[in-house]
Amino acid sequence: MTNKNKQMALVEYAQRLGDNSLILGQRLGEWCGHGPQLELDIALTNFSLDMIGQANLYLGYAGEVEGKSRDADAMAYLRDELEFRNCLLVEQPNGDFGQTIMRHFLFSTFQHLHLEALQSSKDETLAGIAGKAIKEVAYHVKFSADWVRRLGGGTPESHQRMQTALDNLWRFTGELFETDGVDALLLAEGIAVDLSALQDPWNTAVQTVLKDAGLRLPKGQVVVSGGRKGNHSEHLGPMLAEMQFLQRAYPGLDW
Amino acid sequence: MTKSGKPKSTTAMTESITGKDSPEAKAFQKKIDADITIEPKDWMPEAYRHTLIRQMSQHAHSEIVGMLPEGNWIGRAPSLRRKMILLAKVQDEAGHGLYLYSATETLGISRDQMIEQLHSGSAKYSSIFNYPTLTWADMGAIGWLVDGAAIMNQVPLCRTSFGPYARAMVRICKEESFHQRQGYEIMIAMAHGSPAQKVMAQSAIDRWWWPSLMMFGPPDADSPHSAQSLKWKIKRTSNDTLRQKFIDVTVPQAEFLGLEVPDPDLKWNKKRDHYDFGEIDWDEFYQVISGNGPCNKERLDARIKAWEDGKWVRDAALAYEQKKQAAAA
Repeated sequence: MTNKNKQMALVEYAQRLGDNSLILGQRLGEWCGHGPQLELDIALTNFSLDMIGQANLYLGYAGEVEGKSRDADAMAYLRDELEFRNCLLVEQPNGDFGQTIMRHFLFSTFQHLHLEALQSSKDETLAGIAGKAIKEVAYHVKFSADWVRRLGGGTPESHQRMQTALDNLWRFTGELFETDGVDALLLAEGIAVDLSALQDPWNTAVQTVLKDAGLRLPKGQVVVSGGRKGNHSEHLGPMLAEMQFLQRAYPGLDW
Repeated sequence: MTKSGKPKSTTAMTESITGKDSPEAKAFQKKIDADITIEPKDWMPEAYRHTLIRQMSQHAHSEIVGMLPEGNWIGRAPSLRRKMILLAKVQDEAGHGLYLYSATETLGISRDQMIEQLHSGSAKYSSIFNYPTLTWADMGAIGWLVDGAAIMNQVPLCRTSFGPYARAMVRICKEESFHQRQGYEIMIAMAHGSPAQKVMAQSAIDRWWWPSLMMFGPPDADSPHSAQSLKWKIKRTSNDTLRQKFIDVTVPQAEFLGLEVPDPDLKWNKKRDHYDFGEIDWDEFYQVISGNGPCNKERLDARIKAWEDGKWVRDAALAYEQKKQAAAA
């Protein structure tokens, strides 16, 4: 493998991680001021803040490795849909609070396992970011799992809403474990996480909580994927249009 | 008194019989005069309790409604750093609302009752939040002017006579000064930026200047609750004094930015050692307070929608808790 290939793969890898955090953080920020109660408003805003903070680190690193003078903001604000590398799950609309919490539970359970492994990456920067982020995400997992249990087992209405959320989002979870050449190349270098090794622990962790919550797994669903190749759902574009508005309308300014 | 209970009406009756010359009332005023803080379990005149509930809940509601105009720009913040700062700031405001609701609950009203009063329109919030945020410079102007005015109002409240309120304010004031700095930092970037950014910065001060001055409340002569509140040391400084202080501090900051304060009558008065300033449009103030500002309806609708949309979540949490307790019993 050439250094050039490794460099390109690493940029791609850091973008995937950064875009997951960025897009989920942007989504969660939409709740700010509109949560079901003040404590939940604070929690969702806090999660958004954690995610944007992680994105800043990953995307800053992607720019550094790339060496073309793109900083984290250039990565976040000046790439278009096809260049975004996040999974489809995180770009899905917030829906009701149940949908948001289910999305967060499914993703952060994955993210936590991923960060655990990434802490031993041979890439010191990625390992360092993982070490910082895992503390935040451990709380996200606990919080969202508690709320999945609470809402799954609360009232008939809340149960129904959580089942609907799960049925709607489950098809996007298969993508989390998909691997390609970038993963293979960096796995061989001891940099990337072996995603296939995460699937079983993720299934166990998720299913334990869903069982407590009295929710049933959707059957026979087709896996929808493509986010990491830039093939997104229609939800990403409007979100980027909003997020990138000032940088696009008034290029190159300091704010 | 229970958290959900209303203030005891019997106390009010006794008080109306005994009047302000009762031994309790005299002892109470003596404590106030000696700067001894009043704590929730201490005897207090019903009118003192009601004034505090009105003022503190209004303050809490202002924090919560105040999240909306800034929330409008979280999605469009121009850099990741700015987005993080704005998220943290709006989150602080939710936290301030939380301490203030909790402090008010010590007076015998529940948070749900206060929220109900906000939604029905019987409780007010600061009228400043009924103005729209139109450009990113508004995030700067809100931090600089609105939070600046709020700090000016709130620093004296750290010494207000009711203990829980004073303690909440100490914490809040620390965070507010960070808010003001970040706002001014945005103003510096924009006022010294491109021509388009300068236009946004000037537009922001044009639109936020007068409403910020109104935040100090009506002139002392027309302020219905001021005299009694000063006597009870709920309020420590008069509206007009604080307003003058704010103008004196802020005008040089505007000059440093190279922005024009939208008041043709603004002039330094050597004799008074203060700025003279033009007449405030109090009609506008009363219009906005009575519900006719540019965004009153939107703000209240947004709060009511969040509350109603969240009902199933709150109901489910309660039901779950009850099931758990029943299972444990």
